Amino acid sequence: MKFVDEFRDADKAHALAAKIAALCEPGRQYKLMEVCGGHTHTIYKHGLEDYLPESITLVHGPGCPVCVIPMGRVDDAMALAAEPDVIMTSFGDMMRVPGSNGSFFDAKAAGTDIRMVYSPLDSLKIARNNPDQRVVFMAIGFETTAPSTAMTIMRAAAENLPNFSVFCNHVTIIPAIKAILDSPDLRLDGFIGPGHVSTVIGCRPYEFIARDYGKPVVTAGFEPLDILQSIYMLMLQLSEDRSEVENQYSRVVPWDGNATALKVIGETMELRPYFEWRGLGFISHSALSVREKYARFDAELLFDVPGVRVADPKACQCGEVLKGVLKPWECKVFGTACTPETPIGTCMVSPEGACAAYYNFGRMNRHRVKEAVTIQVGRP
Amino acid sequence: MCLGIPGEVIELLPDQPDLARVDVSGVRRVINIGLLAEDLPVPGEWVLIHVGFALSKIDEAEAAAALQFLDGIGQAYADELEALAESRIE
Repeated sequence: MKFVDEFRDADKAHALAAKIAALCEPGRQYKLMEVCGGHTHTIYKHGLEDYLPESITLVHGPGCPVCVIPMGRVDDAMALAAEPDVIMTSFGDMMRVPGSNGSFFDAKAAGTDIRMVYSPLDSLKIARNNPDQRVVFMAIGFETTAPSTAMTIMRAAAENLPNFSVFCNHVTIIPAIKAILDSPDLRLDGFIGPGHVSTVIGCRPYEFIARDYGKPVVTAGFEPLDILQSIYMLMLQLSEDRSEVENQYSRVVPWDGNATALKVIGETMELRPYFEWRGLGFISHSALSVREKYARFDAELLFDVPGVRVADPKACQCGEVLKGVLKPWECKVFGTACTPETPIGTCMVSPEGACAAYYNFGRMNRHRVKEAVTIQVGRP
Repeated sequence: MCLGIPGEVIELLPDQPDLARVDVSGVRRVINIGLLAEDLPVPGEWVLIHVGFALSKIDEAEAAAALQFLDGIGQAYADELEALAESRIE
């Protein structure tokens, strides 16, 4: 075993690693999915897989909101941004996500008015300051960011702001986890539950995973020890033949979530019948749209949105990576045609994306990939 | 955007009950605390901030651990802080 990047409390990590190893049943293989891209980031940054026995595989899940935005939605947003009186506003993470005709960054360079904002409230301010233009906020994210969009819509309504709207791409985590559980491609043994999403939704929504699918779930914090601790808690449940929802991150995540945040989401948004996820396809009731009551802030109603479905580039295997079927370096274009500088797929764009995490921390650079591929091909 | 960043509440803005000034790694900015309406933070308390909104209260030890973690992840946190520094919520 080697340790890529030693962190503080490394002694505690080694002790936890020994306890985890002791819980492994000989001959059994374990696949644990970390749902959240933030966890993926920590795992590669600190080389946590090197602390685990060979029989435990960490599988990266779909919890990177930038990664799951399908190309068609990027194209729709670009069409909105191209309207002559529109100022498009977006989180920085979204700027490099490629649509079929380039990214927000490309369009901005070509003269389209696209501005990076830290918060939807900054978009609101741009709208106040530019009364002759229509300001659209590109809303993305899971339940972590949806309450912020919701609060912003309510503020715009309170101010009766006529030139602000939201292009809503908020997604919900539970249907994506269910889609993965129902997918025949993958047999998982347990889940490392997302941390910050759970500050909003709490732990109860995961109970069906334990009850109906018999898989343990442990909501985890973002530090290396949090993740090792949650793996230990999962392995302990598996060794005792239990499947429950446990909260390793109780110092931040309340069991019932944030009632105010859930209330404002419910006030301003409703579930779409279905929504396309990059790589995962259409998933029913998996995304949010603006409620009719707030229709005057819904960019999808105010503008002529093309709504054309665009297939992902053939070479891109983000779908398999998002479902955890492929490791990033097993993708045909990883590190060669697709890099963080020139991403083909979304998983290479966001720092939370599994491919970017692998690439950035040098765990699998181009050279190492070639080696790995050679080894794989060379296997009988 | 995905990063939750800890900030210390410096003051609540007197004429805007939903807003508070916080200190994040030395950057002082205004954020919205409306999502903590049931248990509003007071100056000196720490909150976890997502895209300009406090999502949960945390204690000082957790804040310190989270900051140390964020410092360690490098560019992504630098980008987030830079974005926060550009923010002018009112």
